[in-house]
Amino acid sequence: MNNQPDNRVELRGITKAFPGVLANDDVSFKIAPGEIHALLGENGAGKSTLVKMIYGIMQPDAGEIIWEGSPVIVTNPKAARKMGVGMVFQHFSLFEAMTVLENIALGMDSSISQSELEGKIRDVMHKYGLKLDPHRIVSTLSVGERQRIEIVRALLLDPKLLIMDEPTSVLTPQEVNQLFGTLRQLSSTGCSILYISHKLHEIKELCEQATILRGGRVVGDCDPRKETSTSMAEMMIGGNLKQVSKGDDRSFGPVKIAVDGLTQAGDGNFGMALDNISFSVRSGEIFGIAGVAGNGQNELMLALSGETQSNSGNAIRLDDRPVGEIGCLQRRSEGLCAVPEERNGHAAVLEFSLTENSILTARDRMGLSKNGLISNSNAVSYTDQVISTFGVKATGAESTAGSLSGGNLQKFIVGREIMQNPEVLVVSQPTWGVDAGAAATIHQALFDLANNGSAIIVISQDLDELLAICDNIAVINEGMLSKTLKVGEASIDEIGLLMGGVHGDPFATAEMTEAVHAH
Amino acid sequence: MLIELERRKQPSRTMLYLTPVIAVLSTMFAGAVIFTLIGHDGIGAVREIFITPLIDPYKWQDLGIKAAPLILIACGLAFGFRANVWNIGAEGQYVIGGLAGTGIALATWGMEGWWILPLMCLAGMVGGALYAAIPAFLKTRLQVNEILSSLMLTYVSIQLLYYLMRGPWKDPDGFNFPQTRLFTDSQILPEIIPGTIVHLGVPLALIIVLIAWIVLDKSVFGFQIRVVGAAPAAARYGGFSAKKTIWAAMLIGGGFAGLAGIFEAAGPFGQMVPQFPTGYGFTAIIVAFLGRLHPIGIILAGIILAVSYVGGEIAQTSLGLPNAAAGIFQAMMLFFLLATDILVRYRLKFSSTVTSGDAS
Repeated sequence: MNNQPDNRVELRGITKAFPGVLANDDVSFKIAPGEIHALLGENGAGKSTLVKMIYGIMQPDAGEIIWEGSPVIVTNPKAARKMGVGMVFQHFSLFEAMTVLENIALGMDSSISQSELEGKIRDVMHKYGLKLDPHRIVSTLSVGERQRIEIVRALLLDPKLLIMDEPTSVLTPQEVNQLFGTLRQLSSTGCSILYISHKLHEIKELCEQATILRGGRVVGDCDPRKETSTSMAEMMIGGNLKQVSKGDDRSFGPVKIAVDGLTQAGDGNFGMALDNISFSVRSGEIFGIAGVAGNGQNELMLALSGETQSNSGNAIRLDDRPVGEIGCLQRRSEGLCAVPEERNGHAAVLEFSLTENSILTARDRMGLSKNGLISNSNAVSYTDQVISTFGVKATGAESTAGSLSGGNLQKFIVGREIMQNPEVLVVSQPTWGVDAGAAATIHQALFDLANNGSAIIVISQDLDELLAICDNIAVINEGMLSKTLKVGEASIDEIGLLMGGVHGDPFATAEMTEAVHAH
Repeated sequence: MLIELERRKQPSRTMLYLTPVIAVLSTMFAGAVIFTLIGHDGIGAVREIFITPLIDPYKWQDLGIKAAPLILIACGLAFGFRANVWNIGAEGQYVIGGLAGTGIALATWGMEGWWILPLMCLAGMVGGALYAAIPAFLKTRLQVNEILSSLMLTYVSIQLLYYLMRGPWKDPDGFNFPQTRLFTDSQILPEIIPGTIVHLGVPLALIIVLIAWIVLDKSVFGFQIRVVGAAPAAARYGGFSAKKTIWAAMLIGGGFAGLAGIFEAAGPFGQMVPQFPTGYGFTAIIVAFLGRLHPIGIILAGIILAVSYVGGEIAQTSLGLPNAAAGIFQAMMLFFLLATDILVRYRLKFSSTVTSGDAS
């Protein structure tokens, strides 16, 4: 390489169409060597499609990719890796039952001996300060540690461009800091980084350049350090960010739901046991449960909604009535509604119409069935009400749930539960995969419900969201729930430590615990 | 030219109704080709099997009494299939239902009264349901696959039939033939059209299927069945128990098959014989799918399959086709239906160019 090109990679007029949708429309931008470049956009803006073309998973319909000054056609991921592109996906592809070393060996394009590979892995880890035992079995690792495997795997190839897809969604704040340290170090050695995210404050902190996508088109380029989060968000959604208000005067009534010593054995090998969970939520209060994915959130959600029942009725009390032993249906009649995390096939049946999805949970509370027969007219009118109140974009009550976009379906599901006017609403990941506009609608609806006297429990991995909407917060880690913290008084560091600090690194955790206790 | 499958945004309603028709037409075409190739009159075979029974009014009564049990059994199976409960053993439940009703007939032999026939029908239904309860129990308690257990129990039921015919239930005045006594007038389903063989079981089957239609389409229970089939986690979240649904679906499927069994014994047979199992329980699986698991569709599909049975007999005598011909046509119908089913969710896309591959 005699003449050093100005750009590591340049995209010129990349266009990609899928049936019925133009995923990328004439997208152009460039990344310099060593630059940390953000690709910003809402869900469905075309970010994933774009990086899949850079990584060779898909081919563009039109446009070209210029790699270090010369046009290339990336036929497949192997070719991309050979060129020097590494990618860390949002969803990891790891074999749970194998060791770190075996997993990395399986992903190598060239075959080298185990001992040689282990040496290389240790070099990379040492160089970038990544702590990981190559002989641990993957199933025993935390999500943050699993991500480190993927990063090591990418770094082993000495990439010139590293693509990171939503890397922080599963990390504790401490792990995020550590990741940023690694990325900055990488960039200082000349590796370019394409960082995909919708978390604006992270992008402000990390990136020097940002390309903003909306509806498949580039709508802006900016230097995130010179922008505000609001200005970037508005470019992203193409309009003014809707202001949501909690209401100033937050006063709480009597306890609506009390969980007292909820304990439950784990289900199978991958289920997390719940260990003596206690908390209570008052009328008008929004209570957040934070934590890294897989620490018992799903199990707690099912135990609260009634999909799994407790041995003791008093483990969960609703308005001081024991409900621990009764199922979903009765709990709903008692006033407890729930929105599980998974939309597809859990909170909604994709093959069914929206009307049928209303019948799924609202049939008793809203009179959609009578004497065992379904009242279709009531079901349709309730569905229409949800659609219009929550601004769900659908062709009508008869369109199938699967034909809605993720954000619209989420608005429908949350709306369906809120409009049943529950005494207690338990909602998991209320805005997961939802665009900013829909998220604002959902948050506002939660505030309104709380202001009308309902108690709300929000389970989320998105700490920023919890801090924005909750009055009080507790952290779930290894199936145990921390003490309750008041939002506004708790520090991010403290919450991060309760979330488990830096998983798999006891020394770092101890160090930080000391730091926290020092002040 | 390349043909690609492209996923539809919404499953196609048109295709949902059109594919059974395509399947039947493809069966007729492929059948004609195959039978011509093996040296028969292929076009004649298709005509005799699919057309003659429909245009010959004398054959309509045969169609009615063959379609009725098929429709009744298929409708019961539709409850299960909609819930992803795969009861493949309707044939066995049909046999046990027939035997249970026969047991009542033998016990009340020589008596008279209006109550005997309803009691036989009730026994048939309960017998079929209880026989289906075995796979339901194994499935809900021990996670035993109901496809295997219900299918294997069919062969058990047939052995039981043979034993009873050759042993305890053998007609004492029957010259040692392995069959029961002939049912008495109080034990036989009356003709509803004088001078034909169309018995009371035919309209009863239709009424039951219409009730099933209302239950499946309009009731919370019908909704429950569909949710459990489509998304088990959503069903649990909606407050529906998967185990109860499996029980209900199995008992309904078994009950309907058992009722069809006693209708058949107290109708066309008028006694119990070792030749009682004629494969209705298996053919009903084809009927259920061809009818899109919908009672009205099942009525139409039941008639089509009855046509193939009656036509098969006609073709045997008029063209000398083997007995198995009707079975081949029936199997082809299911095969083509399953093959064309993909068109509901996917569309065919014809592209003339090959997408440009590697060029680097």
